[in-house]
Amino acid sequence: MLSEQILEVKNLKKYFDVGPRQVLKAVDDISFSIKRGSTLGLVGESGCGKTTVGRTLVSLYEADGGEIIFDGKDIMSANKKELKQLTRRMQMIYQDPYASLNPFFTVGEIISEGLIIHKIGANKKERMEIVYELLELVGLHREHANRFPHEFSGGQRQRVGIARSLAVEPEFIVCDEAISALDVSIQAQIVNLLVDFQDKMGLTYLFIAHDLSMVRYISDRTAVMYLGKLVELGDGDEVYSHPVHPYTQGLLSAVPIADPRRERSHKVQLLEGEVQSPINPKPGCRFFKRCPKATGICSEVTPELIDVGSGHMAACHNID
Amino acid sequence: MSKHLLEVKDLYVSFDTYAGEVQAVRGVDFTLDGGETLAIVGESGCGKSVTVQTIMKLNPEPPSRIKGGSILYRGEELINKTNREMQAYRGKEFSMIFQDSMTSLNPTMRVGRQISEAILKHRKMDRKEAKKLAVEMLAKVGLPNPDKCYRQYPHTLSGGMRQRVMIAMALSCEPAILLADEPTTALDVTTQAQILELMKEIKERTGTSIILITHNLGVVSRMADRIAIMYAGKIVERGLPDDIFYRPKHPYTWGLLGSMPDMSLRTDRKLTSIPGTPPDLFAPPEGCAFASRCPYCMHVCLKHEPPVFDMSEEHQSACWLIDSRAEMVVPPLGEDKTLRVKGRGGHVV
Ligand SMILES: Nc1ncnc2c1ncn2[C@@H]1O[C@H](COP(=O)(O)OP(=O)(O)OP(=O)(O)O)[C@@H](O)[C@H]1O
Ligand SMILES: Nc1ncnc2c1ncn2[C@@H]1O[C@H](COP(=O)(O)OP(=O)(O)OP(=O)(O)O)[C@@H](O)[C@H]1O
Ligand code: SF4
Ligand SMILES: [Mg+2]
Ligand SMILES: [Mg+2]
Repeated sequence: MLSEQILEVKNLKKYFDVGPRQVLKAVDDISFSIKRGSTLGLVGESGCGKTTVGRTLVSLYEADGGEIIFDGKDIMSANKKELKQLTRRMQMIYQDPYASLNPFFTVGEIISEGLIIHKIGANKKERMEIVYELLELVGLHREHANRFPHEFSGGQRQRVGIARSLAVEPEFIVCDEAISALDVSIQAQIVNLLVDFQDKMGLTYLFIAHDLSMVRYISDRTAVMYLGKLVELGDGDEVYSHPVHPYTQGLLSAVPIADPRRERSHKVQLLEGEVQSPINPKPGCRFFKRCPKATGICSEVTPELIDVGSGHMAACHNID
Repeated sequence: MSKHLLEVKDLYVSFDTYAGEVQAVRGVDFTLDGGETLAIVGESGCGKSVTVQTIMKLNPEPPSRIKGGSILYRGEELINKTNREMQAYRGKEFSMIFQDSMTSLNPTMRVGRQISEAILKHRKMDRKEAKKLAVEMLAKVGLPNPDKCYRQYPHTLSGGMRQRVMIAMALSCEPAILLADEPTTALDVTTQAQILELMKEIKERTGTSIILITHNLGVVSRMADRIAIMYAGKIVERGLPDDIFYRPKHPYTWGLLGSMPDMSLRTDRKLTSIPGTPPDLFAPPEGCAFASRCPYCMHVCLKHEPPVFDMSEEHQSACWLIDSRAEMVVPPLGEDKTLRVKGRGGHVV
């Protein structure tokens, strides 16, 4: 039986050793689940652990604790063969298209690599046909197949990365800043494309991005992270229309408005105060030094995610 | 002598590749005055990065080749300067924040050292002062633990943190012109707000001019004094922010402004985008480069390149629709002529 949740993440932890007795808690005990065929948006301060979550989900990093259950199977206890199967079904579109495309291969070779590994397409000719189709799908030309990554602009490379992950027909895709390097028209094109695939093939996405209007548009549910922790989580528009965590509120107030007249009178609430380090974090809310609502308890007790109504969760001691 | 700080005239840059000549920049003109921010916006692959990198002569030749044009900096021609002569300008006069922070930081050197070396090279400071300034700048761009960060290697930092290191490095030299290529795209909006504030502050304090490349029209609204819209190697429209946002004249600009997600349409899961793909820069079309995608394309557009029309001293656009012989077209604007832009993007709160 197909379970409704394609992905369940429980108490996930990913730590990095960064020095003698110094542990950087990039992802620190977070839990969430994603419904099959839906999109979870993930936003948060840069360095808060979003990419690390994504990389751990697709087994590029080994988790230091917790469970990742994909379609009923526990990824962490999967054997090599099962893992290969699973990695085809779970793909990642990388944030850094420069570093993630091998400079010595042509774009055609890069895209067909996954096809070869997972035995898709009978021969080279068939594979190249798939490659051409994919290139056109992401708004590039078939001629681009013979060119090398360095001959492309930032946005063009990003689309090569997208074509590469779509090639192996995955079911779950981590889109890590997949569209932020693109102009708004191509962003719209790619987002439409992702939504189309979702409607037709029931794809599930974890959509990591900084552009909140795009995340709001594409996501069925949105999660907000701060320094390794989930601080807010809600369905549909909840997080945007009724943000309850002070960090989310600050985040939303900082969104620049694409309208010069309104922007001129837009008062941005800069988050003042010291950014806490994720290295050996102390108990207490990790946002308290910058939080306008902080009280005594915030520096001592780590707030838990609690339901503030109809599945809208937030981790803060001072929710009004 | 030019009255502008920087004047780029009729710039042509191509890349010679195995497949042929990529005509990346095809006749770009713009000026930049002291203390001003020019935002360059445009289709991905339209030549924005190549244009600004050419100003600093950062594109290796070959494969790149400046085919013509002029780059006047304080009245002095840069176009024929050698790589070596350009060294004198890099860092102190022009400083660049690259789009790809990972490949532009040296992976084998601690990030702090990279910043202090840059400072030592371009400012009169000793090692100790340079280090102090570097740590200060790391704190200013909002990195937690600047002292610790000073000693870290690039790969141990997140994408956004590396970008902030790059920004700290570029700003620490207090250049006359800051060339910022997508400086905040990799950053969350609160950090972005902080960096934009820092750029504004440095601009006000030192009179630095900024060329800002960005896809984010919200960032453009916040920062730009003037805006240039690029398409397929050319600037197709330029003007003051109010010109571009409230009275845009070029169909590409209309398409761009119309592509922003409209929050009120959340349930209707289709975004508007400009159909089609940009022209092949191996063989750019002879008429208007936007013609194949333009809903208003006329006969003349296919044959003749549109000239640049002046709407005002500040506002120019290269489109045949502005010619008096063309039929009047009502742009796809909202009631209040603000092109359904009003209330988009940032009105989340
Ligand atoms: N080294 C190179 N060899 C061949 N072609 C190149 C090279 N560098 C850039 N180009 C081409 O030149 C054109 C302009 O590239 P550029 O990087 O300036 O685009 P851009 O406007 O900055 O785009 P983006 O917004 O995606 O960064 C692109 O079509 C690209 O494919
Ligand atoms: N390989 C690594 N070694 C040590 N620390 C790491 C490593 N990778 C990531 N980190 C640290 O983990 C934290 C989270 O990084 P991550 O890349 O997940 O952030 P992010 O939320 O994706 O940020 P951004 O929005 O800037 O991409 C950061 O503090 C980063 O420095
Ligand atoms: S010149 Fe013609 S094709 Fe080009 S944008 Fe104007 S109307 Fe469209
Ligand atoms: Mg990341
Ligand atoms: Mg670029």
